[in-house]
Amino acid sequence: MHDIAEVSSIATASAAVEDGPLRRIARTAFPFIVVGGLWEAVAHGGFFPPRFFPPLEAVAAVFARLTLNGILPHHVLDTLVRLSAGFALAALFGVTIGIVMGRSRRAEDILLPLVSIGAPIPGLAYAPLFLLWFGPGNVPAVALVAFVAAFPVIYNTWTGVKAVKDIWVRSAQAMGADDRRLFRHIILPGALPYIMTGLRLGLAQAWRILVGIEMLAAVPWGLGWLIFGAQEFLNTDVMLAGIAVIALIGLALEKLVFEPLEEFTVVRWGMLTS
Amino acid sequence: MTADRAKLQRYQSLRRGMTTVIVVAAIYEAVARSGHFAPALMPSLGVVARTLLDSILDGTMLEHAAATLYRVLCGFSLAIFIGLPLGVLMGRFRPVENFVLPLASALMPIPSLAWIPVFILWFGLGNTVTILIVFYAALFPMLLNTWSGVRSVNPIWLRAAGAMGANEHALFWKVIIPGASPFIIAGLRQSFLRAWVAVIGAEMLAASDWGLGWVIFDAKEFLNTDVMLSSLVVIGFIGFVSERLVFGSLERATIYRWGMARTAKG
Repeated sequence: MHDIAEVSSIATASAAVEDGPLRRIARTAFPFIVVGGLWEAVAHGGFFPPRFFPPLEAVAAVFARLTLNGILPHHVLDTLVRLSAGFALAALFGVTIGIVMGRSRRAEDILLPLVSIGAPIPGLAYAPLFLLWFGPGNVPAVALVAFVAAFPVIYNTWTGVKAVKDIWVRSAQAMGADDRRLFRHIILPGALPYIMTGLRLGLAQAWRILVGIEMLAAVPWGLGWLIFGAQEFLNTDVMLAGIAVIALIGLALEKLVFEPLEEFTVVRWGMLTS
Repeated sequence: MTADRAKLQRYQSLRRGMTTVIVVAAIYEAVARSGHFAPALMPSLGVVARTLLDSILDGTMLEHAAATLYRVLCGFSLAIFIGLPLGVLMGRFRPVENFVLPLASALMPIPSLAWIPVFILWFGLGNTVTILIVFYAALFPMLLNTWSGVRSVNPIWLRAAGAMGANEHALFWKVIIPGASPFIIAGLRQSFLRAWVAVIGAEMLAASDWGLGWVIFDAKEFLNTDVMLSSLVVIGFIGFVSERLVFGSLERATIYRWGMARTAKG
């Protein structure tokens, strides 16, 4: 479960090899140029109808057109609002439940069976059920995203709280820390690396599910819906532009949200050296 | 004394755990029977159990499960078949890494489900789309875990083996593969989890008459909530079995036997 975060930190570490920035950019761009060139060759070669396999300039043109007339930003905004709402709920409940489970044995015994029954079922399998119960629209989408993203958060927070060294807790108590300070100064910082991993995994999970649920729940706006709706009209260029935006948002979530956040908390508190 | 206490505590945990499950089931049952919600939307547990039993006995549920397993295993093996060698090559040869890694980091954040509409247009409805989606979902964890596993092999081991006269072949099979195995197994496990999620979504969207995901989606049209819940049970059961039994025993048979468990944990 933890390996994704580990892998991506290795990826960033190895990207920053010692040679010059220009060479680095060239080296990163090279594979994209090769693949883009292949794509263009196939698209212009006339093997497939251009409706199904549009050249990249057509995708770029659609991208520019949809951005300028405000359709694409609207889709992006709605998707992001759903993602933040769902993820905020998941973080709130997940961290709370995880901490309670980690601190109290009774709560752990009570909640663990529910968590272990719920976790192995893929989130999307609940989607039709949520749609029936809550009706189509935003409510089931946000609820499902929150529900699915909560599991890694709960699990990692729970592990993190349990991994806080007993001796830290006891020495703090011996020095007269009350419950509040124990929590604020020992348990929270101690469990934070795990909690951050959980949040990161939860966000990745939320992102994967959100695109799927937007296709299933009849929401009027949203990137998943944009792609799915474009299928009806064989607008492959719109679909590919949508996928490109999804990739950009996914990358931005990782680079702009999590890496700085981790830097700000975990590294600053000295729980992890970057 | 301490063993006794541990035993007592385990017993207490078990009892509390059972109590939770029973209490939750009882609450659900009470709500379902109270008539606040239509029984079509919230069937009682007895109805769900009967539907599950019936569909298993007349074979439909087994056939759906077989269809889903077939798709997930095809896509998963394809992902191993491509991801594992490519990951090893990435770990061993710098140019391969430089070429594949940027592509992988650009493609990885795209949820596999986003490709479904495109793949449906390209390949038509049916097994091909589902298998390809599963493949896409399972490929990246496999690839990246293998890559970081091979890179994490202690260089001293490589040099020691080289000094003792190991050739490339022996080096590969005796040092690199066992050394990277904790990561590779973690990759397999993650890949399968992803594949399992992806197959359900792909079956819902690229409807194809058979498959557990399709059953759930199809049952929604007819408000057969009992069918939905019983296939959820089957999905959860298969996910649980594969996670605990298959990968758990795989880990025991390889990592622990080779004494690599410490590396796997840290």
